[in-house]
Amino acid sequence: MGIPETCKEMPVTTLSTPTIGSAGKTGSWRTFRPIIDNSKCIHCLLCWIYCPEGCIIRQEDDSVKIDYDYCKGCGICSNVCPVKPVKAITMEREEE
Amino acid sequence: MEKTVIDTANHIAAYAAKAARVQVVAAYPITPQTSIVERIAELVENGELSAEYIRVESEHSAMSACIGAAAGGVRTFTATSSHGLALMHEALHWASGSRLPIVMVVVNRALGPGWNIWADLTDSISQRDTGWIQFYCADNQEVFDTIIQAYKLCENEQVLLPAMICLEGFILSHTYMPVKIPDQEKIDEFLPPYKPKWFLDINNPLSHGNIVTPDWYMDFRYMMYEAMENAKKLIPEIDKEYGRQFGFEHGELVDKYKCEDADLILLTMGTIGSEAKVAVDNLRREGLKIGSARIRVFRPFPTEEIRKLAENTQMFTVIDRAASLGMEGPLATETKASLYNQEDKPLIAGFIAGLGGRDVTFKTVEKIAKKSLEWMKKGKVEKETSWVDVRD
Repeated sequence: MGIPETCKEMPVTTLSTPTIGSAGKTGSWRTFRPIIDNSKCIHCLLCWIYCPEGCIIRQEDDSVKIDYDYCKGCGICSNVCPVKPVKAITMEREEE
Repeated sequence: MEKTVIDTANHIAAYAAKAARVQVVAAYPITPQTSIVERIAELVENGELSAEYIRVESEHSAMSACIGAAAGGVRTFTATSSHGLALMHEALHWASGSRLPIVMVVVNRALGPGWNIWADLTDSISQRDTGWIQFYCADNQEVFDTIIQAYKLCENEQVLLPAMICLEGFILSHTYMPVKIPDQEKIDEFLPPYKPKWFLDINNPLSHGNIVTPDWYMDFRYMMYEAMENAKKLIPEIDKEYGRQFGFEHGELVDKYKCEDADLILLTMGTIGSEAKVAVDNLRREGLKIGSARIRVFRPFPTEEIRKLAENTQMFTVIDRAASLGMEGPLATETKASLYNQEDKPLIAGFIAGLGGRDVTFKTVEKIAKKSLEWMKKGKVEKETSWVDVRD
């Protein structure tokens, strides 16, 4: 759908259908970067469930990757990671 | 089969919701509205009405639940009053902006303090700019008919706005009157099932109410403005169609009574309009040429009808059961605004009466009319706004 020229071509109210990256690559907002240590990951998928942006990519073997194009670095994945004593996902400061 | 029942406007409103086959009702009790949702709860409980009844913890939640239900594509109803309506305020904007045809009965009641449960239109008038259509009723039959008509109007693709059906606390809400309830099959014919323009559907996911930048916000507001203009055209058509089908018409946008040759026209809303008709008959027996114009629809405002009425009369007297503190009666303001750019305007006098449930009878209206006639003879309105029977 192109950009409407008159109201008649607009939806009746502000309706949005799911699209990838309609607000641009939000990964640029990130201050802290989640880093996965696959040797520690227990494939519990809690990070995959809790990520509010769908940026944890589940692989065939239930190991996970992070979509850095859109991950805003909120840290929820690291927070919910149950691995002890060192979490499988840690947050590191992005380089300036 | 058509039947006549004798009941209160509140119970009649519940029967109208049932006749409209509403699918979701989310409501919170508040005097003097409670007996509407109590009766609906009974109708759902005994199986007469097949609807989802959602009990919520506040009016803000009631409207939010209605928004969710209507966004799910079903016909939705609620009712409230006074402080409950005030608490809903934010959600009212979400309902209209999402273009959801929710119908809500507002039982008009004063706002505190002082704590007062009696009739006063300030509650709904305070919601003037929320994008809701506003009807004001003068009797129980009109309450029933307007609820049915409102769904037909609001669900029209040219409108898609919510509507408040306003009726005055106790004067109508708890007063028994005979009402004709038409045959259900005929109501179903008049009001077919709701076909939403958009709805939340897991097979076709979308979200509504998202951020909209300055570049686009105003265009969405303009569409709502146009929808109100469309409603103004459709309300008379729907009222006439309803009249053809069921025998009751209520005067389209403005219920006019003996206005054709009137020197003075009384502009009112709600039940004061009924009293005004009695006053008109009494004063005409004294040879005074008076007419009554009861405004049925406050939003969209019937500007054109007001202008037409102004052409052949010398004076408008506006009686408001509401006061915009710091200005005047709200109907007086709208009436003046409608006429400002017209030539040969009538004199306009504003009267505020009946706040907080004080009785406004035909005798009150006659007194107001006689005062107005004095000013009309002098060619000058000596007091812009008069508070009737106030201890000043």
